[in-house]
Amino acid sequence: MAKVKLSEFAMARSGDKGDGSNVGIFVTSDADFEVIKRELTVERVKQHFSKICFGEITRYEAPNMLALNFLLRDSLGGGGSESLKTDAQGKTHGLGLLEMEVER
Amino acid sequence: MRDKINIGYGQGFWGDSILGPVRLVKEGPLDYLALDYLAEVTMSIMQKLKGRNPNAGYATDFVQMLDRTLPDIHEKGIKVIANAGGVNPDACLEAVLELARKKGIKGLKVGVIDGDDILTRIPELAQNGHAMKNMDDGRPLSGIQDKLLSANAYIGAFAVADCLAAGAQIVIAGRVTDPALVGGPMIHEFGWTPEDYDKLAASTVAGHIAECGAQCTGGNYTRWRDVKDFVRIGYPVIEAQADGQFVVTKHDGTGGLLTRDTVVSQLLYEMGDPENYLGPDCAADFTSAKVEEIGPNRVQISGVKGGAPTDTYKISLSYQNGYKAVGQLTVAGPDALEKARLCADIVWGRLAFDGCEFSEDEKMVEFVGAGMTHAGILESDNPPEVVLRIGVKSDNKAKVNRFGSEIVPLVTSGPPGVTGFAGGRPKATDIVGYWPALLDKTQVQTRVRVEES
Repeated sequence: MAKVKLSEFAMARSGDKGDGSNVGIFVTSDADFEVIKRELTVERVKQHFSKICFGEITRYEAPNMLALNFLLRDSLGGGGSESLKTDAQGKTHGLGLLEMEVER
Repeated sequence: MRDKINIGYGQGFWGDSILGPVRLVKEGPLDYLALDYLAEVTMSIMQKLKGRNPNAGYATDFVQMLDRTLPDIHEKGIKVIANAGGVNPDACLEAVLELARKKGIKGLKVGVIDGDDILTRIPELAQNGHAMKNMDDGRPLSGIQDKLLSANAYIGAFAVADCLAAGAQIVIAGRVTDPALVGGPMIHEFGWTPEDYDKLAASTVAGHIAECGAQCTGGNYTRWRDVKDFVRIGYPVIEAQADGQFVVTKHDGTGGLLTRDTVVSQLLYEMGDPENYLGPDCAADFTSAKVEEIGPNRVQISGVKGGAPTDTYKISLSYQNGYKAVGQLTVAGPDALEKARLCADIVWGRLAFDGCEFSEDEKMVEFVGAGMTHAGILESDNPPEVVLRIGVKSDNKAKVNRFGSEIVPLVTSGPPGVTGFAGGRPKATDIVGYWPALLDKTQVQTRVRVEES
């Protein structure tokens, strides 16, 4: 096992959900799905987004897509229409997650 | 009844490129063209426009699009489904009929669906015991009821199918769900019933994949270097079958990329619990979908399972929630970030000196170029230049405007290298709050009406 960035083997997409965002991340092999299931714990994702997400994080699994979906509450600086931030829809959060280093 | 139809999805939101629908109509086989124009915030803008002009309050982009495509649509018999009606479907209908007359097209059947707009009924509904609490945080409606700007129920695909059954070639809806724009034609063509939950769930998955247009054909895709010819990016076409199975494709010769990975990317977009995706017609299980690449630019989805919907419609209310202003300046290096931080402190300091203070929650400061989108993840402490983006929100409009007057002065009274003040002094604009809630389905009745040019 070696430390690698998620962006080397995973893809992601994110968007807004109320005052938070969702980050979907997926891979292309069963072995890598095991890697992201093991490495991407709610705690690690929370720590990774510590300056972006100020609420609870929920993780869902979608094995048919080899995907995990994270809901990040309070991550937009107010709801999508109320936030003053540039990325009021959390569209960049997916790329942010792919910067994380994991053991693979 | 047919056993297979092609549904193109030409516009993913109000403001999307007109080239999507224009090219879908011209460049390949198509039975239906679906177009989405409504976001939560759009409804409040449309109510404001309608308040000023009784003939406004719908997506005028739709009529502009038809101005370029109607002759082809008429000649090829393509049916069009759009939620372009906004808060004034009747005015949209009149505009489309007028356009058809101008183009000398006779016998074009245009239908409208209404009943989703419940703004004027909210007091009566609240009085009759419908709580309409905020779904996200449980707040009672009473706190914002006097500040409402719009209120709409998310209507399902059966209303769209009803309008097609009434003979409409162009269907103009208000707040139907995005997936219902593709579900409606499937119900109409394949004779599905309200209990066909697996098939309705499959149509929901199809609609979800297509509803952001080119976002499933290479747009916003992580491995963007693999995407060929962004200029002529193809928009999605759903090849739907009567058994619920479907293929996502795009017309031959178009640009972009359509693979298992671009489709899975979009399946995950704005996803909550993937096992329980709630819509007005069914609950879809996105984890049951089998996603297979069956050929170049062809991805097949099969095996989708669904369950019964709930007894409630999701409703979306918007309300006036104070004022905001955001301004920006460019700060050149050396020491760009340090100077931009100083600039922000000067703005807050001068405002405080003049008795105008904002709480931390009301203030926003971003240093664009120093890694603000990836805060804590990918930041730079010494970029060659940064854009200072600074803003406030408050219930006090005068305070927000006072803030706006303290940004441009930094050019001459702050550190050196401050420029880029184009746009001038930011003025207070309304903050539109969003209020999702649930309402008993018995309280919403949709109606369809068809007229001919």
